[in-house]
Amino acid sequence: MNNNIVISTHKLTKRFGEFIATNEITFEVYAGEIFGFLGANGAGKTTAMRMLCGLSTPSSGEASIAGFDIYKETEKIKMNIGYMSQKFSLYEDLTVLENIHFFGGIYGLSNQELKEKSEGLLSTLGMQDLSKKLVGSLPLGWKQKLAFSVAVIHEPKIVFLDEPTGGVDPLTRRQFWDLIYHAADSGITIFVTTHYMDEAEYCNRVTMMVDGVIKALDTPAKLKSQYNASGMDEVFYELARGAKRKAD
Amino acid sequence: MNLPVVPNVKPTEMQLFIAFVIKEFRHVFRDPKTLLLLFGMPIAQILLFGFALTNEIKNSEIVVCDYANDEASRKIIERLNASTNFEIKKANLTHDEIESAFKKGGVKLAIVFPANFYNDLVHLQSAQIQIITDASDPNTANTLANYAENIIMASRLELFKGVQPPLQIQTQVRMLYNPELKGVYNFVPGVMALVLLLVCVLMTSVSIVREKETGTMEVLLVSPFNPIMVVLSKAVPYFLLSIINLTAILVLSTAVMDMPINGSIGLLYLASALLILTALALGLLISNVTDSQQTAMLLSLMGMLLPAIMFTGFMFPIENMPLPLQIVSNIVPSKWYYIVVKSVMIKGIGIAGVWKELLILAGMAAVLLTITIRNFKIRLA
Amino acid sequence: MEAVKLNKLVKTYHKGQVKAVNEVSFTIQKGELFGLIGPDGAGKTSIFRMLTTLLLPDGGTAQVAGLDIQNDYQKIRSLVGYMPGRFSLYPDLSVEENLNFFAQLFNTSVLANYDFIKDIYQQLEPFKTRRAGKLSGGMKQKLALCCALIHRPAVLFLDEPTTGVDAVSRKEFWDLLGHLKKQGITILVSTPYMDEASLCEKIALIQNGRLLSVNSPDAIIREFPEPLYAVQAGRMSKLLNDLRTHPEVKHAYAFGEYHHITFHQPPTSEQLLQFNADLEHKGNEMLKTLGITPTIEDCFIKLMN
Repeated sequence: MNNNIVISTHKLTKRFGEFIATNEITFEVYAGEIFGFLGANGAGKTTAMRMLCGLSTPSSGEASIAGFDIYKETEKIKMNIGYMSQKFSLYEDLTVLENIHFFGGIYGLSNQELKEKSEGLLSTLGMQDLSKKLVGSLPLGWKQKLAFSVAVIHEPKIVFLDEPTGGVDPLTRRQFWDLIYHAADSGITIFVTTHYMDEAEYCNRVTMMVDGVIKALDTPAKLKSQYNASGMDEVFYELARGAKRKAD
Repeated sequence: MNLPVVPNVKPTEMQLFIAFVIKEFRHVFRDPKTLLLLFGMPIAQILLFGFALTNEIKNSEIVVCDYANDEASRKIIERLNASTNFEIKKANLTHDEIESAFKKGGVKLAIVFPANFYNDLVHLQSAQIQIITDASDPNTANTLANYAENIIMASRLELFKGVQPPLQIQTQVRMLYNPELKGVYNFVPGVMALVLLLVCVLMTSVSIVREKETGTMEVLLVSPFNPIMVVLSKAVPYFLLSIINLTAILVLSTAVMDMPINGSIGLLYLASALLILTALALGLLISNVTDSQQTAMLLSLMGMLLPAIMFTGFMFPIENMPLPLQIVSNIVPSKWYYIVVKSVMIKGIGIAGVWKELLILAGMAAVLLTITIRNFKIRLA
Repeated sequence: MEAVKLNKLVKTYHKGQVKAVNEVSFTIQKGELFGLIGPDGAGKTSIFRMLTTLLLPDGGTAQVAGLDIQNDYQKIRSLVGYMPGRFSLYPDLSVEENLNFFAQLFNTSVLANYDFIKDIYQQLEPFKTRRAGKLSGGMKQKLALCCALIHRPAVLFLDEPTTGVDAVSRKEFWDLLGHLKKQGITILVSTPYMDEASLCEKIALIQNGRLLSVNSPDAIIREFPEPLYAVQAGRMSKLLNDLRTHPEVKHAYAFGEYHHITFHQPPTSEQLLQFNADLEHKGNEMLKTLGITPTIEDCFIKLMN
């Protein structure tokens, strides 16, 4: 993990009328880091992530993602990041190969690049025989691994993962994290948002958002010792107990 | 841990049924979209059909070329002017000029009185008036020509008061029940049928399927309550609300659109109640076959709206259809309802004249309800 | 006395092509807090639906409170409380209205059973006129629990009651279940969260329609066949690779802050020292190795292999 900063925010704020969803958050993320962005639903995580992905304009504050300004260069941000969420990843009624080509094409890969990358991707996942199968027919674990690989097919600087392994069986979860580790090794920064606290344990550093504000920013080990907790969910419990915003 | 014994107030089946009905009313009144559909749509339709969309033609601009300019021609022109169908423009145009006027599109009809109109009438006992129409829209041309002819025929009788008419066979056309050929008489009963049918089928089916989609149906099934009651309890509020809707429509059409009610109002409500029951049963049937609100809506709209428009008989006369389609129209409940409503409202016919149609409606309702209840799923699959 | 008993229960979909539940058998004693633990698609919801008589099984039998799920479904339906996976109450009715409705549904009233649900309902009471759809996720779950309990059921079926709920509410929910258990209700809970398994008296681990194990959480952990070690280093990804290529290591997988490993042979302390040295030699800095007690998740992974 080097000290190359890929995300940097300074007092980033998003207001919806009177309501301050994200309140002056400030943090930095380094290249190749697995960075956990934690918090309950409604704490402001999703709003923050949308801003970082270039999908929503901040109300005030500054930020630079992959070297691009959050106000002026949102299109460049989008071309340099990958995104995967649990709720949607791939088109169920297209085949594996069709999905790879579609998303690869969106990220600007040429036909030649697509051909090489898709072969590489399928062989890494061991899915060469499944290239013509409809994604909808694959088990959940396979889908998620495929979705992740597609999200990083254009070798982005940062990939945003929205609750990637909730509800998935433990073995598949491991295989998934293998992929994530591999990507982090090759220099891709992994930005994970989740409210599943055990996913937090896999991260190098985590922040915890409560009521729109960052309440903690450190490695899981240090947070656990600070709050005398044996697991991240206990840390979360301590920090979130007084939260005024109840999730919805 | 000993819990204190508190007297249990156990509701009866009927009380529970009422609790369900109250719950349904709450759902209806708390959802603005449902309310809009339930009340807004019928009223909008009635107003639309009653006022805006009509195949009557009013205030049509016509040109009158009066070369005679005598007592007879002036009398006839006066009558034409008095009619609401026409707006007279007097100008003595040549044939070519008439054609250009048609081409411009503002004028659709021209009436030409020849120079010796009155003289010919008196001395030759026969005179001609030329009616030229722009038949590029044949329906309009026909209608306008008919209006003109009727008015001219009526004038003829007046002109020859006291004069011995020559022996002629005169055709008298009388438009029974609807002498002014008001389109409203046709449309209002049709819209009533459409609205009741559509609203009841759509609302019931969507309401039940919504419970399936949100998962509350699961919870209701795992209870001692007979699931059939769940379904029937949904029919009750929509039944009552439809009757209210019907009343609103009747009030609107009689007060604002001069629709008569020459027969028994009780019969009207009876027929409407039967149609509503049929529609509700159809809605329940649809909810049985699908778990998705979207599908339920599509089935209700496509499955009900199209056949109702085509086969009720108010848009397209059924008598003009080929025989197979006429037979098909017999299974559309709104067709029978339409007949009853027209008979009762416009012709003033009593139960002796409509009992057959009422019986058919009742039969349809009974059959559909039976099928629905038989097919109701007490499990998820 | 057996509250729930399954005997080789089977459920298939798509004309037998998909076996969602594959000859599952287990027993739940009266008053037990029993957890059905498994990931999405394991068959938990299908089992719940069969036990609550919403689905017919394709093979095997089951009894709830001594009644057969196929033949005595009506009686079962008046005896059980059911909370299906997602929020299944009426969002446009208020808290009070929902509760009253479900009380009437079960031929009882809120007044009659208030004491029973008091602990939970007290948290909801400040919101009793609020529309249920406008409650937070945690509150919705508590309301759903009240509605499932209002008629004092003999058996309570809770299908993934804490999924999608924030961690604080999850903890509170399980505290409530603990209270309920003391009142003698049999509770069957399903969850994908392995850490919730340790809160149950007895658990059944299920994957792909098959039971992996049925026992108390402690017993399952005790059944873990070999010693388990946790290893940590500065660069976890590299460490994982090195662990997997180490000849002594049988199985290595990521587990968050530490990787968990098992050896082909239980190591002596000397062998452990050598093992650490090997890893450090390969460039793993800040290395830490310790023996740990397996968690339910470790057992699950072991059983899946």
